[in-house]
Amino acid sequence: MAFDKTEVEKVAQLARLHISDAEKDEVTGRITDILALIDQMQSVDTDAVAPLAHPLDMTQRLREDDVTESNRRDELQQLAPEVEEGLYLVPKVIE
Amino acid sequence: MIEKTVAELSGALSRGDISSVELTQAYLDRINQYNSTLNAFVTVCEESALTQAAQADAARADGLTSPLLGIPLAHKDIFCTSGIKTSCGSKMLHNFIAPYDATVVSRFNDAGAVMLGKTNMDEFAMGSSNETSYFGPVKNPWDTDRVPGGSSGGSAAAIAADLCAMATGTDTGGSIRQPAAFCGITGLKPSYGRISRWGMIAFASSLDQAGPICKSAEDAALMLNAMAGLDTKDSTCADVPVEDYTADLNNSLQGLRIGIPRQHFAEGLSPEVEQAVREALGVYEKLGAQLIDIDLPNNHLSVSAYYVVAPAEASANLSRFDGVRYGYRCDNPLDLEDMYKRSRSEGFGDEVKRRIMVGTYALSAGFYDAYYRKAQKIRRLIKQDFNAAFQQVDIIIGPTSPHTAFTLGAKTDPVAMYLEDIYTIAVNLAGLPGMSVPAGLANGLPVGMHLVASDFAESRLLNVAHQFQLNTDWHRLRATAFEEGH
Repeated sequence: MAFDKTEVEKVAQLARLHISDAEKDEVTGRITDILALIDQMQSVDTDAVAPLAHPLDMTQRLREDDVTESNRRDELQQLAPEVEEGLYLVPKVIE
Repeated sequence: MIEKTVAELSGALSRGDISSVELTQAYLDRINQYNSTLNAFVTVCEESALTQAAQADAARADGLTSPLLGIPLAHKDIFCTSGIKTSCGSKMLHNFIAPYDATVVSRFNDAGAVMLGKTNMDEFAMGSSNETSYFGPVKNPWDTDRVPGGSSGGSAAAIAADLCAMATGTDTGGSIRQPAAFCGITGLKPSYGRISRWGMIAFASSLDQAGPICKSAEDAALMLNAMAGLDTKDSTCADVPVEDYTADLNNSLQGLRIGIPRQHFAEGLSPEVEQAVREALGVYEKLGAQLIDIDLPNNHLSVSAYYVVAPAEASANLSRFDGVRYGYRCDNPLDLEDMYKRSRSEGFGDEVKRRIMVGTYALSAGFYDAYYRKAQKIRRLIKQDFNAAFQQVDIIIGPTSPHTAFTLGAKTDPVAMYLEDIYTIAVNLAGLPGMSVPAGLANGLPVGMHLVASDFAESRLLNVAHQFQLNTDWHRLRATAFEEGH
Protein backbone atom coordinates (compact mmCIF):
# COMPACT_ATOMS: atom_id res chain seq x y z
CA MET A 1 0.00 0.00 0.00
CA ALA A 2 1.68 3.19 -1.17
CA PHE A 3 1.62 6.04 1.27
CA ASP A 4 1.90 9.31 -0.66
CA LYS A 5 1.46 13.02 -0.02
CA THR A 6 -2.28 12.81 -0.60
CA GLU A 7 -2.51 10.21 2.18
CA VAL A 8 -0.45 12.44 4.46
CA GLU A 9 -2.92 15.26 3.94
CA LYS A 10 -5.89 12.98 4.57
CA VAL A 11 -4.45 11.46 7.73
CA ALA A 12 -3.28 14.85 9.05
CA GLN A 13 -6.83 16.13 8.62
CA LEU A 14 -8.26 13.11 10.50
CA ALA A 15 -5.74 13.66 13.31
CA ARG A 16 -6.27 17.44 13.32
CA LEU A 17 -2.62 18.11 12.64
CA HIS A 18 -1.21 20.71 10.34
CA ILE A 19 1.67 19.49 8.16
CA SER A 20 3.29 22.34 6.25
CA ASP A 21 4.26 21.94 2.58
CA ALA A 22 7.92 22.10 3.59
CA GLU A 23 7.49 19.12 5.94
CA LYS A 24 5.33 16.97 3.65
CA ASP A 25 8.10 15.13 1.81
CA GLU A 26 9.96 14.23 4.96
CA VAL A 27 6.82 13.15 6.83
CA THR A 28 5.72 11.01 3.85
CA GLY A 29 9.14 9.34 3.69
CA ARG A 30 9.35 8.65 7.43
CA ILE A 31 5.86 7.18 7.59
CA THR A 32 6.53 5.07 4.50
CA ASP A 33 9.56 3.60 6.29
CA ILE A 34 7.53 2.91 9.43
CA LEU A 35 4.80 1.21 7.37
CA ALA A 36 7.46 -0.98 5.74
CA LEU A 37 8.53 -2.10 9.23
CA ILE A 38 4.90 -2.73 10.17
CA ASP A 39 4.23 -4.67 6.97
CA GLN A 40 6.61 -7.42 8.11
CA MET A 41 3.54 -8.69 9.98
CA GLN A 42 1.92 -9.60 6.70
CA SER A 43 4.42 -12.43 6.18
CA VAL A 44 2.63 -14.59 8.76
CA ASP A 45 -0.65 -16.38 8.14
CA THR A 46 -2.96 -15.47 11.02
CA ASP A 47 -6.31 -16.58 9.55
CA ALA A 48 -6.91 -19.04 12.38
CA VAL A 49 -5.68 -16.71 15.15
CA ALA A 50 -8.09 -14.78 17.36
CA PRO A 51 -7.10 -11.16 17.98
CA LEU A 52 -5.79 -10.26 21.44
CA ALA A 53 -6.93 -6.78 22.41
CA HIS A 54 -5.61 -6.78 25.92
CA PRO A 55 -2.93 -8.73 27.81
CA LEU A 56 -5.09 -9.66 30.81
CA ASP A 57 -7.65 -12.38 30.51
CA MET A 58 -10.10 -10.54 32.71
CA THR A 59 -13.54 -9.06 32.56
CA GLN A 60 -14.38 -5.48 33.35
CA ARG A 61 -15.24 -4.87 36.97
CA LEU A 62 -18.62 -3.38 37.70
CA ARG A 63 -19.40 -1.01 40.52
CA GLU A 64 -22.48 0.43 42.13
CA ASP A 65 -23.92 3.35 40.19
CA ASP A 66 -23.02 5.86 42.87
CA VAL A 67 -21.70 9.37 42.42
CA THR A 68 -18.01 9.25 43.35
CA GLU A 69 -16.77 12.51 41.84
CA SER A 70 -17.29 15.88 43.46
CA ASN A 71 -17.88 19.02 41.41
CA ARG A 72 -14.45 20.62 40.89
CA ARG A 73 -15.37 22.79 37.92
CA ASP A 74 -13.78 26.00 39.12
CA GLU A 75 -10.56 24.26 40.06
CA LEU A 76 -10.36 22.38 36.77
CA GLN A 77 -11.19 25.43 34.68
CA GLN A 78 -8.18 27.24 36.08
CA LEU A 79 -6.18 25.03 33.71
CA ALA A 80 -8.05 26.19 30.62
CA PRO A 81 -6.61 28.76 28.20
CA GLU A 82 -9.90 30.70 28.14
CA VAL A 83 -13.08 30.43 30.23
CA GLU A 84 -15.99 32.70 31.00
CA GLU A 85 -18.74 32.19 33.58
CA GLY A 86 -17.94 28.49 33.92
CA LEU A 87 -17.84 27.90 30.15
CA TYR A 88 -14.87 26.98 27.99
CA LEU A 89 -14.34 29.53 25.24
CA VAL A 90 -13.36 28.58 21.70
CA PRO A 91 -13.28 30.61 18.47
CA LYS A 92 -16.69 31.42 17.03
CA VAL A 93 -18.28 28.32 15.45
CA ILE A 94 -21.66 29.63 14.28
CA GLU A 95 -21.95 32.73 12.14
CA MET B 1 25.49 7.92 52.21
CA ILE B 2 23.86 9.05 48.93
CA GLU B 3 25.12 5.96 47.07
CA LYS B 4 23.34 3.58 49.45
CA THR B 5 20.32 1.50 48.58
CA VAL B 6 16.86 2.20 49.97
CA ALA B 7 17.18 -0.86 52.20
CA GLU B 8 20.45 0.48 53.65
CA LEU B 9 19.15 4.04 54.03
CA SER B 10 16.05 2.74 55.73
CA GLY B 11 18.30 1.06 58.30
CA ALA B 12 20.40 4.20 58.75
CA LEU B 13 17.28 6.30 59.29
CA SER B 14 15.81 3.89 61.83
CA ARG B 15 19.11 3.67 63.74
CA GLY B 16 19.26 7.46 63.77
CA ASP B 17 22.60 7.55 61.89
CA ILE B 18 21.09 10.26 59.70
CA SER B 19 17.82 12.19 59.56
CA SER B 20 15.58 12.43 56.53
CA VAL B 21 16.19 16.19 56.44
CA GLU B 22 19.97 15.63 56.25
CA LEU B 23 19.56 12.95 53.61
CA THR B 24 17.16 15.05 51.57
CA GLN B 25 19.53 18.02 51.75
CA ALA B 26 22.41 15.80 50.59
CA TYR B 27 20.45 14.78 47.46
CA LEU B 28 19.30 18.36 46.82
CA ASP B 29 22.97 19.41 46.95
CA ARG B 30 23.84 16.63 44.47
CA ILE B 31 21.04 17.76 42.15
CA ASN B 32 22.26 21.32 42.43
CA GLN B 33 25.78 20.22 41.58
CA TYR B 34 25.06 17.87 38.68
CA ASN B 35 21.69 18.60 37.13
CA SER B 36 23.01 21.29 34.80
CA THR B 37 25.30 18.60 33.31
CA LEU B 38 22.78 15.75 33.22
CA ASN B 39 19.41 17.49 32.71
CA ALA B 40 17.79 14.62 34.63
CA PHE B 41 15.32 16.75 36.58
CA VAL B 42 12.85 19.15 34.96
CA THR B 43 11.44 20.32 38.31
CA VAL B 44 13.13 20.32 41.71
CA CYS B 45 10.90 20.77 44.77
CA GLU B 46 13.41 21.90 47.34
CA GLU B 47 11.02 23.52 49.78
CA SER B 48 8.29 20.87 49.79
CA ALA B 49 10.91 18.10 49.92
CA LEU B 50 12.46 19.52 53.08
CA THR B 51 8.99 19.94 54.60
CA GLN B 52 8.12 16.32 53.79
CA ALA B 53 11.48 15.21 55.21
CA ALA B 54 10.86 17.09 58.47
CA GLN B 55 7.41 15.46 58.66
CA ALA B 56 9.01 12.04 58.11
CA ASP B 57 11.52 12.68 60.89
CA ALA B 58 8.69 13.75 63.20
CA ALA B 59 6.66 10.66 62.31
CA ARG B 60 9.66 8.46 63.03
CA ALA B 61 10.13 10.16 66.40
CA ASP B 62 6.48 9.25 67.06
CA GLY B 63 7.29 5.59 66.45
CA LEU B 64 6.38 5.15 62.76
CA THR B 65 8.64 2.70 60.88
CA SER B 66 7.53 2.25 57.25
CA PRO B 67 10.52 1.10 55.12
CA LEU B 68 10.16 4.09 52.76
CA LEU B 69 9.63 6.66 55.52
CA GLY B 70 11.89 9.63 54.83
CA ILE B 71 13.48 8.12 51.69
CA PRO B 72 14.01 10.73 48.94
CA LEU B 73 12.55 9.84 45.54
CA ALA B 74 11.99 11.33 42.10
CA HIS B 75 8.90 10.87 39.95
CA LYS B 76 8.96 10.65 36.19
CA ASP B 77 7.19 13.76 34.90
CA ILE B 78 4.37 11.60 33.53
CA PHE B 79 2.80 11.14 36.98
CA CYS B 80 0.41 13.90 37.98
CA THR B 81 1.45 15.70 41.15
CA SER B 82 -1.00 18.02 42.82
CA GLY B 83 0.16 21.64 42.66
CA ILE B 84 3.45 20.76 40.92
CA LYS B 85 3.91 20.97 37.14
CA THR B 86 3.51 17.74 35.14
CA SER B 87 4.83 18.33 31.61
CA CYS B 88 5.19 14.80 30.21
CA GLY B 89 8.26 16.13 28.37
CA SER B 90 6.02 18.16 26.07
CA LYS B 91 5.42 21.77 25.12
CA MET B 92 1.75 20.75 25.08
CA LEU B 93 1.81 20.44 28.89
CA HIS B 94 4.61 22.87 29.70
CA ASN B 95 2.24 24.81 32.00
CA PHE B 96 0.05 21.94 33.23
CA ILE B 97 -0.44 21.76 37.00
CA ALA B 98 -2.66 18.81 37.87
CA PRO B 99 -5.27 19.34 40.58
CA TYR B 100 -4.69 15.80 41.94
CA ASP B 101 -2.01 13.20 42.65
CA ALA B 102 -1.61 10.04 40.59
CA THR B 103 -2.30 6.90 42.64
CA VAL B 104 1.40 6.00 42.45
CA VAL B 105 2.27 9.42 43.88
CA SER B 106 -0.35 9.11 46.66
CA ARG B 107 1.00 5.72 47.63
CA PHE B 108 4.54 7.00 48.01
CA ASN B 109 3.23 9.97 49.98
CA ASP B 110 1.29 7.59 52.23
CA ALA B 111 4.47 5.54 52.75
CA GLY B 112 6.23 8.72 53.92
CA ALA B 113 8.65 9.04 50.99
CA VAL B 114 10.06 12.48 50.17
CA MET B 115 9.57 13.81 46.63
CA LEU B 116 12.69 15.64 45.41
CA GLY B 117 11.24 16.55 42.03
CA LYS B 118 10.14 15.40 38.58
CA THR B 119 12.40 13.76 36.02
CA ASN B 120 12.90 14.43 32.34
CA MET B 121 11.58 11.98 29.75
CA ASP B 122 10.93 11.50 26.07
CA GLU B 123 7.88 13.49 25.02
CA PHE B 124 4.75 11.54 26.07
CA ALA B 125 7.13 8.61 26.72
CA MET B 126 7.69 8.18 22.97
CA GLY B 127 11.35 7.49 22.47
CA SER B 128 14.28 5.28 23.41
CA SER B 129 16.95 7.93 23.97
CA ASN B 130 15.31 10.81 25.85
CA GLU B 131 16.08 13.03 22.86
CA THR B 132 12.43 13.78 22.05
CA SER B 133 11.95 15.75 25.31
CA TYR B 134 10.85 19.36 24.83
CA PHE B 135 13.24 20.17 27.69
CA GLY B 136 16.32 18.80 25.94
CA PRO B 137 18.01 15.42 26.20
CA VAL B 138 19.23 13.83 29.42
CA LYS B 139 22.92 12.86 29.46
CA ASN B 140 24.19 9.44 30.50
CA PRO B 141 26.31 9.70 33.67
CA TRP B 142 28.69 7.04 32.28
CA ASP B 143 29.51 9.24 29.30
CA THR B 144 27.77 12.58 28.90
CA ASP B 145 28.11 12.37 25.10
CA ARG B 146 25.77 9.39 25.22
CA VAL B 147 22.04 8.94 25.71
CA PRO B 148 20.65 7.53 28.97
CA GLY B 149 18.03 5.52 27.06
CA GLY B 150 14.36 6.30 27.15
CA SER B 151 11.76 7.10 27.78
CA SER B 152 12.42 7.13 31.56
CA GLY B 153 15.91 8.54 30.93
CA GLY B 154 15.76 11.23 33.61
CA SER B 155 14.87 8.76 36.35
CA ALA B 156 17.57 6.33 35.21
CA ALA B 157 20.30 9.00 35.03
CA ALA B 158 19.23 10.39 38.42
CA ILE B 159 19.65 6.96 40.02
CA ALA B 160 22.95 6.28 38.24
CA ALA B 161 24.41 9.61 39.43
CA ASP B 162 22.97 9.22 42.95
CA LEU B 163 20.75 12.29 42.64
CA CYS B 164 18.00 10.37 44.46
CA ALA B 165 17.57 7.09 46.33
CA MET B 166 14.72 5.74 44.22
CA ALA B 167 12.67 6.83 41.22
CA THR B 168 9.54 5.94 39.32
CA GLY B 169 9.28 5.20 35.62
CA THR B 170 6.82 3.90 33.09
CA ASP B 171 7.35 1.22 30.48
CA THR B 172 5.26 0.85 27.31
CA GLY B 173 7.83 -0.97 25.15
CA GLY B 174 11.01 -0.91 27.24
CA SER B 175 11.00 2.57 28.77
CA ILE B 176 12.08 1.42 32.24
CA ARG B 177 14.29 -1.52 31.28
CA GLN B 178 16.33 -0.04 28.41
CA PRO B 179 17.37 3.15 30.31
CA ALA B 180 18.11 0.97 33.36
CA ALA B 181 20.43 -1.09 31.14
CA PHE B 182 22.11 1.96 29.57
CA CYS B 183 22.69 3.61 32.98
CA GLY B 184 23.80 0.49 34.88
CA ILE B 185 20.95 0.37 37.37
CA THR B 186 17.95 -1.80 38.26
CA GLY B 187 14.52 -1.34 36.68
CA LEU B 188 11.31 -3.35 36.94
CA LYS B 189 8.28 -3.32 34.67
CA PRO B 190 5.59 -5.19 36.58
CA SER B 191 2.79 -7.22 35.00
CA TYR B 192 0.17 -5.16 33.20
CA GLY B 193 -2.44 -4.18 35.80
CA ARG B 194 -0.18 -4.70 38.83
CA ILE B 195 0.04 -0.94 39.48
CA SER B 196 -2.71 1.62 38.99
CA ARG B 197 -2.38 3.84 35.92
CA TRP B 198 -4.67 6.50 37.39
CA GLY B 199 -3.06 9.92 37.08
CA MET B 200 -0.31 8.56 34.84
CA ILE B 201 -0.59 10.36 31.50
CA ALA B 202 -1.67 7.75 28.97
CA PHE B 203 0.41 6.79 25.92
CA ALA B 204 -0.81 3.29 24.98
CA SER B 205 -3.40 2.10 27.46
CA SER B 206 -3.07 -1.66 26.93
CA LEU B 207 0.72 -1.52 27.27
CA ASP B 208 1.64 1.24 29.76
CA GLN B 209 2.80 0.15 33.19
CA ALA B 210 4.51 2.03 36.02
CA GLY B 211 7.45 0.58 37.88
CA PRO B 212 10.49 1.13 40.10
CA ILE B 213 13.86 2.47 38.92
CA CYS B 214 16.41 1.95 41.65
CA LYS B 215 19.75 0.59 42.84
CA SER B 216 18.96 -3.06 43.62
CA ALA B 217 16.34 -5.78 43.25
CA GLU B 218 15.70 -5.55 46.98
CA ASP B 219 14.85 -1.85 46.54
CA ALA B 220 12.57 -2.70 43.62
CA ALA B 221 10.74 -5.10 45.95
CA LEU B 222 10.37 -2.43 48.64
CA MET B 223 9.07 0.06 46.07
CA LEU B 224 6.69 -2.46 44.50
CA ASN B 225 5.27 -3.19 47.95
CA ALA B 226 4.21 0.45 48.09
CA MET B 227 3.07 0.77 44.45
CA ALA B 228 1.17 -2.46 43.73
CA GLY B 229 -2.46 -3.21 44.29
CA LEU B 230 -6.03 -2.70 43.29
CA ASP B 231 -7.24 0.83 42.65
CA THR B 232 -10.91 1.32 41.90
CA LYS B 233 -10.05 4.49 39.95
CA ASP B 234 -8.32 2.38 37.25
CA SER B 235 -10.68 -0.21 35.79
CA THR B 236 -7.73 -2.09 34.23
CA CYS B 237 -5.88 -2.39 37.53
CA ALA B 238 -5.79 -6.08 38.42
CA ASP B 239 -7.67 -7.49 41.37
CA VAL B 240 -4.82 -9.86 42.19
CA PRO B 241 -3.57 -10.16 45.78
CA VAL B 242 -0.43 -8.17 46.56
CA GLU B 243 2.38 -10.20 48.09
CA ASP B 244 5.20 -8.99 50.29
CA TYR B 245 7.70 -8.80 47.43
CA THR B 246 10.65 -9.03 49.82
CA ALA B 247 9.48 -12.38 51.22
CA ASP B 248 10.98 -14.61 48.52
CA LEU B 249 14.18 -12.64 47.84
CA ASN B 250 16.39 -15.13 49.65
CA ASN B 251 14.93 -18.30 48.15
CA SER B 252 17.53 -20.68 46.72
CA LEU B 253 17.86 -20.91 42.94
CA GLN B 254 18.80 -24.59 43.11
CA GLY B 255 16.96 -26.33 40.27
CA LEU B 256 15.69 -23.07 38.73
CA ARG B 257 15.04 -23.53 35.02
CA ILE B 258 16.26 -20.52 33.03
CA GLY B 259 15.10 -20.22 29.43
CA ILE B 260 17.60 -18.72 27.01
CA PRO B 261 15.73 -17.50 23.92
CA ARG B 262 17.74 -18.27 20.79
CA GLN B 263 16.14 -15.25 19.11
CA HIS B 264 17.68 -12.92 21.71
CA PHE B 265 21.22 -14.14 21.02
CA ALA B 266 21.01 -13.93 17.25
CA GLU B 267 22.18 -11.49 14.60
CA GLY B 268 22.31 -7.86 15.71
CA LEU B 269 23.54 -8.52 19.25
CA SER B 270 26.87 -6.89 20.07
CA PRO B 271 29.51 -9.55 20.92
CA GLU B 272 30.58 -7.62 24.05
CA VAL B 273 27.01 -7.50 25.36
CA GLU B 274 26.56 -11.19 24.59
CA GLN B 275 29.75 -12.03 26.47
CA ALA B 276 28.66 -10.10 29.58
CA VAL B 277 25.23 -11.74 29.61
CA ARG B 278 26.73 -15.22 29.06
CA GLU B 279 29.07 -14.64 32.00
CA ALA B 280 26.10 -13.58 34.12
CA LEU B 281 24.34 -16.80 33.14
CA GLY B 282 27.44 -18.62 34.40
CA VAL B 283 26.79 -17.08 37.83
CA TYR B 284 23.32 -18.61 37.78
CA GLU B 285 24.72 -22.03 36.85
CA LYS B 286 27.00 -21.84 39.89
CA LEU B 287 23.91 -21.09 42.00
CA GLY B 288 22.36 -24.33 40.83
CA ALA B 289 20.18 -23.10 37.99
CA GLN B 290 19.78 -24.98 34.76
CA LEU B 291 20.04 -23.20 31.38
CA ILE B 292 17.60 -24.37 28.73
CA ASP B 293 17.55 -23.08 25.15
CA ILE B 294 14.07 -21.98 24.16
CA ASP B 295 12.39 -20.39 21.15
CA LEU B 296 10.21 -17.30 20.92
CA PRO B 297 9.49 -17.81 17.23
CA ASN B 298 7.38 -14.68 16.72
CA ASN B 299 9.68 -12.29 18.58
CA HIS B 300 10.87 -10.72 15.31
CA LEU B 301 7.31 -9.52 14.66
CA SER B 302 6.94 -7.80 18.03
CA VAL B 303 8.29 -4.42 16.91
CA SER B 304 6.01 -4.44 13.85
CA ALA B 305 2.90 -5.30 15.86
CA TYR B 306 3.82 -2.81 18.57
CA TYR B 307 4.14 0.03 16.06
CA VAL B 308 0.52 -0.52 15.13
CA VAL B 309 -0.96 -1.11 18.59
CA ALA B 310 0.96 1.63 20.44
CA PRO B 311 0.42 4.43 17.89
CA ALA B 312 -3.23 3.42 17.44
CA GLU B 313 -3.86 3.72 21.17
CA ALA B 314 -1.75 6.88 21.33
CA SER B 315 -3.70 8.54 18.52
CA ALA B 316 -6.88 8.02 20.54
CA ASN B 317 -5.36 9.02 23.90
CA LEU B 318 -3.72 12.16 22.54
CA SER B 319 -6.88 13.36 20.83
CA ARG B 320 -7.77 14.92 24.19
CA PHE B 321 -5.15 17.63 23.62
CA ASP B 322 -7.29 20.10 21.73
CA GLY B 323 -6.31 23.44 23.26
CA VAL B 324 -9.69 23.80 24.98
CA ARG B 325 -9.62 22.44 28.52
CA TYR B 326 -5.91 22.45 29.40
CA GLY B 327 -2.51 22.47 27.77
CA TYR B 328 -1.10 24.57 24.96
CA ARG B 329 -3.31 26.75 22.74
CA CYS B 330 -1.94 28.50 19.65
CA ASP B 331 -2.05 32.30 19.35
CA ASN B 332 -4.83 34.02 17.35
CA PRO B 333 -6.73 31.01 15.97
CA LEU B 334 -8.74 31.82 12.83
CA ASP B 335 -11.49 29.38 13.71
CA LEU B 336 -12.09 26.19 15.74
CA GLU B 337 -10.45 23.90 13.17
CA ASP B 338 -7.41 26.15 12.94
CA MET B 339 -7.17 26.20 16.74
CA TYR B 340 -7.22 22.38 16.98
CA LYS B 341 -4.69 21.93 14.22
CA ARG B 342 -2.23 24.61 15.16
CA SER B 343 -2.42 23.95 18.91
CA ARG B 344 -1.63 20.29 18.26
CA SER B 345 1.00 20.93 15.59
CA GLU B 346 2.81 23.56 17.65
CA GLY B 347 2.34 21.73 20.97
CA PHE B 348 3.52 18.26 19.91
CA GLY B 349 7.03 17.37 18.75
CA ASP B 350 7.86 15.50 15.52
CA GLU B 351 7.98 11.98 16.96
CA VAL B 352 4.64 12.37 18.74
CA LYS B 353 3.03 13.71 15.56
CA ARG B 354 4.50 10.83 13.57
CA ARG B 355 3.01 8.27 15.91
CA ILE B 356 -0.37 9.99 15.93
CA MET B 357 -0.31 9.91 12.13
CA VAL B 358 0.66 6.22 11.98
CA GLY B 359 -2.00 5.32 14.53
CA THR B 360 -4.68 7.36 12.79
CA TYR B 361 -3.79 5.71 9.49
CA ALA B 362 -3.86 2.21 10.99
CA LEU B 363 -7.32 2.81 12.42
CA SER B 364 -8.77 4.58 9.40
CA ALA B 365 -11.48 3.14 7.18
CA GLY B 366 -10.20 0.40 4.89
CA PHE B 367 -6.97 -0.26 6.80
CA TYR B 368 -8.27 -1.47 10.16
CA ASP B 369 -8.15 -5.19 9.34
CA ALA B 370 -4.80 -5.05 7.56
CA TYR B 371 -3.12 -3.20 10.40
CA TYR B 372 -4.87 -3.07 13.76
CA ARG B 373 -6.61 -6.43 13.64
CA LYS B 374 -3.53 -8.09 12.17
CA ALA B 375 -1.37 -6.63 14.95
CA GLN B 376 -3.77 -7.96 17.58
CA LYS B 377 -3.45 -11.42 16.05
CA ILE B 378 0.33 -11.20 16.13
CA ARG B 379 -0.03 -10.10 19.74
CA ARG B 380 -1.85 -13.36 20.46
CA LEU B 381 0.97 -15.36 18.81
CA ILE B 382 3.55 -13.54 20.92
CA LYS B 383 1.62 -14.23 24.12
CA GLN B 384 1.31 -17.91 23.12
CA ASP B 385 5.08 -18.10 22.57
CA PHE B 386 5.64 -16.98 26.16
CA ASN B 387 2.94 -19.31 27.50
CA ALA B 388 4.64 -22.23 25.78
CA ALA B 389 8.05 -21.19 27.08
CA PHE B 390 6.81 -20.97 30.66
CA GLN B 391 5.63 -24.58 30.41
CA GLN B 392 9.30 -25.47 30.14
CA VAL B 393 11.11 -22.87 32.22
CA ASP B 394 10.64 -20.67 35.32
CA ILE B 395 12.24 -17.54 33.98
CA ILE B 396 13.59 -16.19 30.69
CA ILE B 397 16.92 -14.36 30.56
CA GLY B 398 18.69 -12.49 27.77
CA PRO B 399 20.18 -9.08 27.02
CA THR B 400 18.00 -6.00 27.65
CA SER B 401 19.35 -4.15 24.65
CA PRO B 402 21.41 -5.28 21.64
CA HIS B 403 24.23 -2.88 22.57
CA THR B 404 25.33 -0.34 25.17
CA ALA B 405 24.32 3.35 25.24
CA PHE B 406 24.77 5.09 21.89
CA THR B 407 25.92 8.66 21.30
CA LEU B 408 23.52 11.59 21.30
CA GLY B 409 22.23 12.31 17.81
CA ALA B 410 23.44 8.96 16.44
CA LYS B 411 19.99 7.61 15.56
CA THR B 412 17.99 10.04 13.47
CA ASP B 413 16.02 7.36 11.64
CA PRO B 414 12.82 6.53 13.60
CA VAL B 415 12.82 2.90 12.45
CA ALA B 416 16.39 2.38 13.74
CA MET B 417 15.27 3.87 17.06
CA TYR B 418 12.23 1.56 17.19
CA LEU B 419 14.45 -1.49 16.77
CA GLU B 420 16.25 -0.50 19.99
CA ASP B 421 13.47 -2.27 21.88
CA ILE B 422 13.69 -5.57 20.01
CA TYR B 423 14.16 -7.64 23.23
CA THR B 424 11.79 -5.74 25.50
CA ILE B 425 8.71 -4.92 23.42
CA ALA B 426 7.19 -8.43 23.29
CA VAL B 427 6.97 -8.41 27.10
CA ASN B 428 4.61 -5.41 26.99
CA LEU B 429 2.49 -6.95 24.25
CA ALA B 430 2.12 -10.05 26.45
CA GLY B 431 1.62 -8.02 29.66
CA LEU B 432 4.39 -9.90 31.52
CA PRO B 433 6.72 -8.64 34.26
CA GLY B 434 10.26 -7.88 33.08
CA MET B 435 13.35 -6.49 34.69
CA SER B 436 16.78 -5.19 33.78
CA VAL B 437 19.74 -5.61 36.13
CA PRO B 438 23.36 -4.56 35.59
CA ALA B 439 25.41 -7.51 34.34
CA GLY B 440 28.82 -6.05 33.57
CA LEU B 441 30.56 -3.54 31.36
CA ALA B 442 31.33 -3.54 27.66
CA ASN B 443 33.96 -0.99 26.62
CA GLY B 444 33.40 0.84 29.88
CA LEU B 445 29.62 1.10 29.51
CA PRO B 446 26.96 -0.81 31.46
CA VAL B 447 25.28 -3.92 30.06
CA GLY B 448 21.77 -4.84 31.17
CA MET B 449 20.50 -8.37 31.67
CA HIS B 450 16.80 -8.85 30.93
CA LEU B 451 14.71 -11.19 33.08
CA VAL B 452 11.11 -12.09 32.26
CA ALA B 453 8.65 -14.06 34.39
CA SER B 454 5.10 -15.28 33.89
CA ASP B 455 2.00 -13.18 34.73
CA PHE B 456 2.15 -11.69 38.24
CA ALA B 457 5.30 -13.67 39.15
CA GLU B 458 7.11 -10.53 40.34
CA SER B 459 8.28 -12.32 43.50
CA ARG B 460 10.07 -14.93 41.43
CA LEU B 461 11.56 -12.26 39.17
CA LEU B 462 12.86 -10.25 42.13
CA ASN B 463 14.20 -13.38 43.82
CA VAL B 464 16.20 -14.33 40.72
CA ALA B 465 17.54 -10.77 40.31
CA HIS B 466 18.39 -10.43 44.01
CA GLN B 467 20.35 -13.68 44.11
CA PHE B 468 22.47 -12.42 41.19
CA GLN B 469 23.12 -9.16 43.03
CA LEU B 470 24.14 -11.03 46.20
CA ASN B 471 26.81 -12.75 44.12
CA THR B 472 28.00 -9.85 41.94
CA ASP B 473 28.78 -6.16 42.44
CA TRP B 474 27.75 -4.77 39.06
CA HIS B 475 24.75 -2.96 40.57
CA ARG B 476 27.12 -1.14 42.96
CA LEU B 477 29.35 0.19 40.20
CA ARG B 478 29.22 3.95 39.50
CA ALA B 479 30.69 6.05 36.73
CA THR B 480 33.95 7.49 38.10
CA ALA B 481 32.89 11.10 37.53
CA PHE B 482 29.81 10.58 39.73
CA GLU B 483 31.29 8.56 42.59
CA GLU B 484 30.64 10.14 45.97
CA GLY B 485 33.27 12.70 46.89
CA HIS B 486 34.46 13.05 43.33
